[in-house]
Amino acid sequence: MIDRVRSVDAERIEAEALVPRESTVFEGHFPGYPLVPGVLLLETMAQASGYLLLHRFGFDRMPFLSGAKETKFRTFVTPETRLEVVAELVHDGSGYAVTKARISAAGKRICDAELTFRTLPFPAKELEAEMRAQAVRIGLIGDPAA
Amino acid sequence: MASAFDQIADIIAETSDVPREKITPDSHVIDDLGIDSLDFLDIVFAIDKAFGIKVPIESWTQEVNAGNEPAEKFFVMKNLATRIEELVAAKSA
Repeated sequence: MIDRVRSVDAERIEAEALVPRESTVFEGHFPGYPLVPGVLLLETMAQASGYLLLHRFGFDRMPFLSGAKETKFRTFVTPETRLEVVAELVHDGSGYAVTKARISAAGKRICDAELTFRTLPFPAKELEAEMRAQAVRIGLIGDPAA
Repeated sequence: MASAFDQIADIIAETSDVPREKITPDSHVIDDLGIDSLDFLDIVFAIDKAFGIKVPIESWTQEVNAGNEPAEKFFVMKNLATRIEELVAAKSA
């Protein structure tokens, strides 16, 4: 969901995502009136938070979404909307972390949530490799081969 | 000021569906109160915030799973309160 990371440090990430013009998702949600499902907006906030945590942990641990609180979807999101996604660290606990994330578009608030993640050592080398590759693609980290 | 036990019991009652009166010093958080691992994360988060500490729940769990420590040392309420008091004291030292 995340297309590009604009900035990141140990506490905060800013990223962007472009809603595609066409998607099979819109065939059912909704016919003749395409809207991004709230669950995908939640996933977008979770991904931004996840990248923040991956960066914070130096890819030593993988965050897995375990809870969402105070989730509010405030505005409809239509195809071709450019989303600005911000996630901030609330708490770095023992084996878990909490973030607050929000999405806006053209300065208008779209949704926000408090998200909890379990953080575990990578359970599979393939997963770590894919997360690192994806992190390079979106500009979270530099390409080690470059 | 409320004791660590009372503060933790209040947190559990507010964070889960467990009635406050059911939480006693001898209650096992998991076996007696039925708190699952995800609810326990919310409880640990609330404890971290309330006491200004970082409960090392990951290492506690590893110690128990490895058979190095009994689960009761960390997950019976009176013992949990003692562990929290130790963490607070260590932070203040």
